[in-house]
Amino acid sequence: MAPVTYIEAVRQALWDEMEKDERVFMLGQDIGTYGGAFRVTSGFLDHFGPKRIVDTPISESAMVGAAIGAAMMGMLPVVEMQFIDFISCAFNQIINFAAPNRYRWGQKVPIVVRGPAGGNVHGSAYHSQNPESYFHHTPGLKVVAPGTVADAYGLLKAAIRDPNPVLYFEHKYLYRRIKGELPEGDGLVTIGKANLAREGRDLSVITYGAMLHVALEAAGRLEAEGISLEVLDLRTIKPLDQEAILATVRKTSRVIVLTEEQTTGSVAGEVAARIAQNAFEWLDGPVHRLCCPDTPVPYSPTLEEAYLPNVDKLVAKVRELASY
Amino acid sequence: MATLGKSWGPLHPKVEKGERLAKTELPKERQLELYHFMKLNRMVEDRLGNLYRQGKVVGGLYSSRGQEATSVGSAYALEPQDVMGPLIRNLGSMLVRGVQPREVMMQYMAKSDSPTGGKDGNTHFGDLKRGLVAPISMLGSVIPVMAGVALAGRMQGKDLVALTYIGDGGTSTGDFHEGLNLAAVLNVPFVLIAEHNGWAYSTPTSRQMRIKNIATRAAAYGIPGEVVDGNDVLAVYEATKKAVERARAGGGPTLIESKTFRMKGHAEHDDAGYVPKEHFEEWKLKDPIERFERHLLGNGLATEDELREIVAKIDVQLNAEVDFALASPMPPPERAFEGVYEPSEVSV
Repeated sequence: MAPVTYIEAVRQALWDEMEKDERVFMLGQDIGTYGGAFRVTSGFLDHFGPKRIVDTPISESAMVGAAIGAAMMGMLPVVEMQFIDFISCAFNQIINFAAPNRYRWGQKVPIVVRGPAGGNVHGSAYHSQNPESYFHHTPGLKVVAPGTVADAYGLLKAAIRDPNPVLYFEHKYLYRRIKGELPEGDGLVTIGKANLAREGRDLSVITYGAMLHVALEAAGRLEAEGISLEVLDLRTIKPLDQEAILATVRKTSRVIVLTEEQTTGSVAGEVAARIAQNAFEWLDGPVHRLCCPDTPVPYSPTLEEAYLPNVDKLVAKVRELASY
Repeated sequence: MATLGKSWGPLHPKVEKGERLAKTELPKERQLELYHFMKLNRMVEDRLGNLYRQGKVVGGLYSSRGQEATSVGSAYALEPQDVMGPLIRNLGSMLVRGVQPREVMMQYMAKSDSPTGGKDGNTHFGDLKRGLVAPISMLGSVIPVMAGVALAGRMQGKDLVALTYIGDGGTSTGDFHEGLNLAAVLNVPFVLIAEHNGWAYSTPTSRQMRIKNIATRAAAYGIPGEVVDGNDVLAVYEATKKAVERARAGGGPTLIESKTFRMKGHAEHDDAGYVPKEHFEEWKLKDPIERFERHLLGNGLATEDELREIVAKIDVQLNAEVDFALASPMPPPERAFEGVYEPSEVSV
């Protein structure tokens, strides 16, 4: 099969699951006739019809609320946030309704909320966010953030089939910038399993999403200097694959957690805490969080470049930690 | 002292002798069933009040005293396949759907055998087999969820109607607007009962809205809105029945405003000192159960003996329900850590 883009993988996963299971349907803004702001659902309305491709008013909270109600009735709704930044408008429904529902009264809520996340596209403060840290705190949710074409496909299918509320953060910087083969067959990727994206000896970079590619590029550059980077792609943010995290720490004893979130209260902080608590004696240096500064996402390219982690910043941090 | 806003006023200045309730075609037996559920609603809450004062209720206790006709009348208009999202003051609705008094008693007392196994309290439990969705405390949130229930029902070709409630205070939330608007735009089979009881905790309606009738808001969504006498169980039943039938026939959502009065504080700890005494006195005369009794007796639908017998039977039943609930142990501590996630069958 010919290689496809990341966004085509997202689209294909939705298409395949809707073909396979008539309980799957979508709610979102401009997803019907227009085919979605990023064209993920282009052609879906014609093929699946307006009963399963439901255009909604600008009501993120009601979109997720309605998905919760439909899920309780046995449907498998997928909600598209036009940009994932707007998920905050549905915060209450996700945090207070969907997440604790099974714990409170035993009723599962199999919904997926998905949308384009991340920066480096000059989207400014409200079209560039990475909101995972707000949600990885909340029991009852699963959170995934694919960084490859195969994972974009396999994790979305797994998210739709998972009986719990799953937030699926697709990185818009990767949408049309990376290509890959779609897997043969079902291509499911297990939620909660990290992937060792590159084996190395000297230092581990633990990351996910678009930052995976920053880590891999840095690894290539550092190889020439004789530094061997191991890159662990978390893929799932909640639940974290603690076993894989500790395994790479035990192997290299030096760790940088690289994520595209503001630093304070980040997923990276949780990863660092687990390492400190469970693998302290294996460490040869402090665990570094290489994240964004604690500011909103700025607009101007010079400012956004200063804000985001990149290969140069990672290489500098690796050198610093390698010589610790 | 806080006062009721000008926007809100009693529906019936005086109670006429020989009660005249809304016209209905419900036969005698079914009217007596309505009486049974209203009385059961109040008597369960009276028992809960006793348990609260004995220190057996571990959290807050919320009463629907004075609002029984709204809960019971609306729930009674539903069919078995319909789905309902009751709020904290809709115990009566839940009883109509088949919830047993012991279930709610164990909920309040946080017992191991409660429907949530002690994980949640009060009326915060659901059961889709009985068409019940559990609410959350954030008001308005159930509205879009029930719109989604209605949407799913239509997609699945089920002939169901979704119904939920909101208080006058709850209409100020974003989810009230988003949910009702979405339901209207999608034209799903949905009924929203706005219980206008005059007070949101200590806040009078005049601080929630500048309109007199919540039903006025229906116009903004392009759906029918109706005001009913919320202390007339037959009026609530008939209005809900009409709305449910319209929804089932594809006519879309309805907003029904049920004008009633909260005869107690927000919760048991609250003496409602902010509500003028004369309002309690006035609404005591319009007690929905007493009005229904006058209707039944005055129209020859029941004798005093028949009503006494209904009450006596409930009393005996509740003795057993209380004993059962008290006998349930507290949940084992390890249960606190269980059940966050549905086991996933997805494997690679």
